[in-house]
Amino acid sequence: MTKVHVTTSINGDETEFLCEPHDTLLDVLRNDLSLTGTKEGCGSGDCGACSVTLNGRLVCSCLVLGVEAEGAEVGTIEGVGEADNLNVIQEKFLEHAALQCGICTPGLIVSTQALLAENPSPTEEEARYYLAGNLCRCTGYDKIIRAVMDSAETMRGEVK
Amino acid sequence: MSEAKKFNFIGQRTIRPDGHDKVTGKANYAADLSLPGMIWGKILRSPHAHAKILKLDTSRAEAMSGVMSVATFDDLPSVSNEAIQSGEGAIDSLDLGRNVLARDKVLYHGHAIAAIAAKTVAIAEKALELIDVEYEVLTPVLDLHAAMKADAPLLHEDMFTQGYPEQPEKPSNIAARHELKMGDVEAGFAEADVIVERDFVTPTVHQGYIEPHACTVSYNTEGQSMVWCSTQGHFDVRASTAKLLAMPLGNLKVIASEIGGGFGGKTTVYLEPIALILSRKSGRPVKMMMDRDEVFRASGPASAARLTVKVGGKKDGTITAMQTSIAYEAGAFKGSPAMIGGMTAFTPYNCPNVYCETFDVVVNKPKVAAYRAPGAPQAEFGAEMAVSELAEKLGIDPVDLRLQNAAKEGTQTVYGPKLKAVGLVECLEAAKNSPHYKTELKEGEGRGIASGFWFNIGGQSSVTINMNPDGTGTIVEGSPDIGGSRASMQMMASEELGIPLNDLKPIIGDTESIPYNQSTGGSRTTFATGMAVIEAAQDVVHQLKERAASLWNVTPDQVEWRDGSAINTAGEGQMTCAEICAKCEKTGGQISGTGNVNARGAGPSFAVHVCDTKVDMETGKVDVIRYTAIQDAGKAIHPSYVEGQFQGGAAQGIGWALNEEYVYNDDGVMENAGFLDYRIPLASDLPMIDTIIVEVPNNFHPYGVRGVGESGIIPPLAAVGYSVGDAIGANVSELPCSPPRVLKLIQEKG
Ligand code: FES
Ligand code: FES
Repeated sequence: MTKVHVTTSINGDETEFLCEPHDTLLDVLRNDLSLTGTKEGCGSGDCGACSVTLNGRLVCSCLVLGVEAEGAEVGTIEGVGEADNLNVIQEKFLEHAALQCGICTPGLIVSTQALLAENPSPTEEEARYYLAGNLCRCTGYDKIIRAVMDSAETMRGEVK
Repeated sequence: MSEAKKFNFIGQRTIRPDGHDKVTGKANYAADLSLPGMIWGKILRSPHAHAKILKLDTSRAEAMSGVMSVATFDDLPSVSNEAIQSGEGAIDSLDLGRNVLARDKVLYHGHAIAAIAAKTVAIAEKALELIDVEYEVLTPVLDLHAAMKADAPLLHEDMFTQGYPEQPEKPSNIAARHELKMGDVEAGFAEADVIVERDFVTPTVHQGYIEPHACTVSYNTEGQSMVWCSTQGHFDVRASTAKLLAMPLGNLKVIASEIGGGFGGKTTVYLEPIALILSRKSGRPVKMMMDRDEVFRASGPASAARLTVKVGGKKDGTITAMQTSIAYEAGAFKGSPAMIGGMTAFTPYNCPNVYCETFDVVVNKPKVAAYRAPGAPQAEFGAEMAVSELAEKLGIDPVDLRLQNAAKEGTQTVYGPKLKAVGLVECLEAAKNSPHYKTELKEGEGRGIASGFWFNIGGQSSVTINMNPDGTGTIVEGSPDIGGSRASMQMMASEELGIPLNDLKPIIGDTESIPYNQSTGGSRTTFATGMAVIEAAQDVVHQLKERAASLWNVTPDQVEWRDGSAINTAGEGQMTCAEICAKCEKTGGQISGTGNVNARGAGPSFAVHVCDTKVDMETGKVDVIRYTAIQDAGKAIHPSYVEGQFQGGAAQGIGWALNEEYVYNDDGVMENAGFLDYRIPLASDLPMIDTIIVEVPNNFHPYGVRGVGESGIIPPLAAVGYSVGDAIGANVSELPCSPPRVLKLIQEKG
């Protein structure tokens, strides 16, 4: 099979790669571009560990083909913040101990960012439904939801 | 340890030391490592649940372009029936080998038969199709009823039931029978005014860790081979893999990657030995990853169980006798946690007359693995359902009945020892006083409460603290950190050394950088590895004092250690940890402290949960509307991660009670091997889970710690189950309480 040449932007960086037509965006990110912050939990769109944004829309990168990134803007966890300059959501996840094993965390943070961009004042129920596509097996979601609600408040400027 | 002990760090909600890496995507999990020249391995799995392998021919696959190596059972050097330590128990190495790669027979749908390593995953998958296998299909044995019948088809012709005085004449699918008893149950039941006797069924469920099993390995003929994998115990991975491949332990280095959940399921090997064979035969590093579907079909779930429970009580609330008979599915090879079921079922009760009989039964399903308090949730589900019903029949509040009969210090257990100080009474009292228990139920709502008991274990842990010339230090421990334990280790070391948290960096050492450590399981890490950390830190303090003494020309006992500094009590002077470390060169070289423990005296952790549900009477759908988890932590080192254990256990238990189950067709093929159909709780399925940390210190730990990882999964099964029954006015006897099953109960009662 001939590989396809794709030009895209990942976290604002212009990026080129070659991929098989059947390769998923998740495979390309992880295996070809070494962006392993995006995780694979199922490969079938059921766990959300692979959440990224594609032109601002939240998607499961395991359900997107690498070639679909052509001309698009891709956002991954690597673009959310830096260890010495964390994004509010990242800080709140740490403060609230909203992770145990942490495998769901990159996906949840990317999803939370998308949630708060769409809806800066979600109710607890709205947050729970928006994040229903991101499975976490460790925490029971309690501390995650607290971190999300606190992030929203902080981002709205209602610092406690 | 004294009540008055003042802590500087213990009990605070610190930011975990590995946190930044995890929220930025930098933390490396099993599937995140790639090596130069690396190729990909994939596994051929059985399409039948039970069949003889008549022929296995890999030659066409081997000839395919891009295929680098092939592995089958024949590549495992002859393995024999020897026990190897694995996870929370020992496992027979021949069984392990035959589970990793089938020999002669396949015993479940998805059983690994052969593996291929190729330049790409796509080539490997194509090549799998070229492997010729001929089967003689046998009748699958799919549940306990079928397996225990006298004329059942046998999984293993040479398996005779253990546990009877004499070996039975005929082989059987019942691997073992165990019995535990104390007092006289017949006499106890004769005394009872009310007796409850019921049958219960619980399904096969999966741990459901989000990270699939994966590894990257590199075989080295001359020196050391390397395995990078996600595991709760890299020393056990080394032991199992080395045994199967007949390698000396020293020739194998296992590095524990960050682990994306385990819950007991990552305490054995599936891919690692296969990947090493593929690497040895190809001369290339090999990476293998299970698909989610493979995780469900071929890694160890938790046992399905059937049980009969009988409990009797007097009008005054005294429980007079408790009895159970429980059969556990082991999957394809013996070794379910049956015996543990008998040991845990009635331990929350101070009842003199107890009888427990358990059976370990093989069926054509994947070999079970540990899952959070392995064996206890099934047994205690039945026990707690029966006790709640007894309370209702006696007209006594279910918390009061439990309080009246609660196990406490000195209570005789059925498995031998008397309990030391435990916190069940305190948990029950906290439940009774909780805002939740005081909330009145509305029409259509139901409530369940249940207790849970888990022993907790100690065992071997080794820790080294290496001090740096600038006064910072590295804590090298050997317990893979599955839920934030590095935070606790850092806090305990800081507490002893008196230096800031961030001056101490905890890491998980590989198998060559630290002595043997038992796996992370049995709720042992904060307790046992914590003890080793404390010991290592005290060793460092001792050395720091000696060095200070030599700099001051005084004796070490004239030096005191206070808040991270040495104080010269014989004269003037104070030196910080950093100042002493900076002068190490002049005082005898660098400082490192060690702690090697085989920790005894793990304190059991009791839990009590309260659950309110509301049932949609038209569809049978259950909503958990209020939930409170109460548990004895002994001493909570990091309260947030302690609460996290309670909440995570509760959520898994709620999933077990409400939705999760393996659904098989008649051929033994699992029909719901994905997260869409095997539905673990979602954020939208759960309410906030309130927690109450009870602290009854464990006197065998310097700070009073009890493990908290496991008990929390036990109470939800009955708390939810009883609550659903209460809401609909029927008896729940089978889990999960999924909509069709609940609807049936509603319709049956009319
Ligand atoms: S890996 Fe994409 S949704 Fe699970
Ligand atoms: S923290 Fe482990 S899956 Fe969410």
